[in-house]
Amino acid sequence: MKKWLASVLALALVWGGLALAQGVTIRVAGDSTAVGEGGRWMKAKAEEWAQKTGNRIEYIDSPADTNDRLALYQQYWAARSADVDVYMIDVIWPGIVAPHAADLKQFFSEAELAQFFPRIVENNTIRGKLTSIPFFTDAGLLYYRTDLLQKYGYSKPPATWTELEQMAERIQAGERQAGNRDFWGFVWQGKAYEGLTCDALEWIFSMGGGRIIEPDGRITINNPQAIAALNMVRGWVGKISPPGVTSYAEEEARNAFQSGNAAFMRNWPYAYSLGQSEGSAVRGKIGVTVLPRGAGTGGRNAATLGGWQLMVSTYSRNQRVAADLVKYLTSVEVQKDNAVNLSRLPTRPALYNDPQVLAKNPWFRDLLPVFQNAVGRPSGVAGARYNQVSEAFWTGVHEAITGRKPAAQAVRDIEAALRRILR
Amino acid sequence: MLTVRQTRLAWLLVLPTLLVVAFVAGYPLAQVFYYSFHRADISFVEPTEFVGLKNYIFLLQDPDFRGALWNTLRFTVVSVFLETVLGLAIALVIHSNFKGRGIVRAAILIPWAIPTVVSAKMWQWMLNDIYGVINVILVNTGLIANKIAFLANPNTILWSIVAVDVWKTTPFMALLLLAGLQLIPSDIYEAADIDGASKWQQFWTLTLPLLTPALVVALIFRTLDALRVFDVIFVMVGVNTATRSLAIYNRQTLIDFQDLGYGSAISVAILVIIFIFVFLYMRVAGRGVRGED
Repeated sequence: MKKWLASVLALALVWGGLALAQGVTIRVAGDSTAVGEGGRWMKAKAEEWAQKTGNRIEYIDSPADTNDRLALYQQYWAARSADVDVYMIDVIWPGIVAPHAADLKQFFSEAELAQFFPRIVENNTIRGKLTSIPFFTDAGLLYYRTDLLQKYGYSKPPATWTELEQMAERIQAGERQAGNRDFWGFVWQGKAYEGLTCDALEWIFSMGGGRIIEPDGRITINNPQAIAALNMVRGWVGKISPPGVTSYAEEEARNAFQSGNAAFMRNWPYAYSLGQSEGSAVRGKIGVTVLPRGAGTGGRNAATLGGWQLMVSTYSRNQRVAADLVKYLTSVEVQKDNAVNLSRLPTRPALYNDPQVLAKNPWFRDLLPVFQNAVGRPSGVAGARYNQVSEAFWTGVHEAITGRKPAAQAVRDIEAALRRILR
Repeated sequence: MLTVRQTRLAWLLVLPTLLVVAFVAGYPLAQVFYYSFHRADISFVEPTEFVGLKNYIFLLQDPDFRGALWNTLRFTVVSVFLETVLGLAIALVIHSNFKGRGIVRAAILIPWAIPTVVSAKMWQWMLNDIYGVINVILVNTGLIANKIAFLANPNTILWSIVAVDVWKTTPFMALLLLAGLQLIPSDIYEAADIDGASKWQQFWTLTLPLLTPALVVALIFRTLDALRVFDVIFVMVGVNTATRSLAIYNRQTLIDFQDLGYGSAISVAILVIIFIFVFLYMRVAGRGVRGED
């Protein structure tokens, strides 16, 4: 009996070894190759893994916009498709993807998971299932022009929104007088889309106006601080921010800043390495810091938590091999490469002390607490309804900052819409 | 009189077509109706629960649906009106005889030949508030003092998109009307000239009535297209409520919100709205034709 079991085991091992040696094709739906460098970099890293392990990879390009990406992936999931093994998913999706994700606890030990930011691992765990492994994280940052701050006699970046307004106004007036008619003080993401939810959460949370829906499920958006925050931003449009800012996404804001036409910008970390690259008009003139806080007692610094995770499809026929690719892409080595070359934030706290990472991104060290305490969008509490919640929120915010509705009415309408969605 | 055999043969001959239509149009349509009475999630497809008319009752109370309907109607009425007037003017010009007419006819079709996604993106850049060429031209010629954020300002956003749609679709309208003009025999104009009718009188009493059938067909085509507008708006501004059309709201509900049941109810509502328009046109067109007799 024992002998029989042993020979079966041996056979299984040989079989498994053969399968590994022969290699399988893993299909990865990753970053778009159209925005920044992320897509090309991810494809190269996945190919590196294929070379090392004797497997093959097929890289599936994706739309740049996060909502369009989800729309595409949902078609695969609805069809229970085995055509894609690994998906790169947004930090707000775990509640939506949970039924389609393989539980990665099978392939990652407790000790391995302990090396990642616990808050993101927690975010990715839905009803006990680990849907995905944190790949890189994101947080909203304030970019500023070091040369212009010096020119106008400022020794450090603004600490509060009021300071930012004053500095932006002065630099804008000065630069326009010096001949740049298209110069603006502050650019950000004001288009009606997911990015506006991120920006607006920062304004509201930093003024002590809560996080739209609290983790315990209370809808708190209708409050005086939130109204004050939206009124503040309404005041920026056309004054320190271009009137078109309410149609800007990340890349429009980056274009304005990187071509030297803005003093301040709110954006994600990816804009740093691009701004410092060759051909950038602001190369060597960029500073990065935490976004300003609101005035008063409730005021604090806030950065919206972003970032991307890697998920193995539960419909994949090669989950074990796919999980091995995920392990490789989230390894210390690959995340370090991501941080050094693309200035994207690692999901392993240990890398924030790495000398090579810090040499390239000196601001990582100071901002570690910001990244660790980044504010999550209410995706956990909204679950599969998150997109609807976010759309109701950004719609109301957009109506307030474009002046279609008074801010007080906008937050009342958001509150009513959220009650309807979450009923 | 058809014999029984002839009738049977006729049915046999149209049967393949009927089968294809049933398969590619009938089946999906039936599915949409079926889903509209259920609660269903797009990433699981199978409906979970029969809800009766609940989706439709929700639709009647949904302010987002009303907003999208209002946007769609404004877009449709204004863009189709402008396209018809401009298209008719262009058709009359290229119908007349002049040197280089062939080249002009071909050149006029260029906007229509460019895929909408490409031209919408192109116009989005041209209308940009900082580096857009339209603002640069307007400022440099002194027509405006400050650059306008066409696609951000709630007062200009829908009309900017209407302008792009008119630019793109007027050639199509002109082409359809040109075909109609060419069907009008030229001898009646000669007779009118002899009777001493002015060109203006000829247009109102001869051209326009005789062009009515072509005009109605063109209007139906364009109106139905405009009621389903999606691409030009989606590419230029995304899902902004100031411009969100019924088709965009429908896609958003189905895909972004994963709500297959309510999304299907919206699809049915769009179908009904389009039916109403077709019915109205048919009535008007029918009266027009009878009036001529």
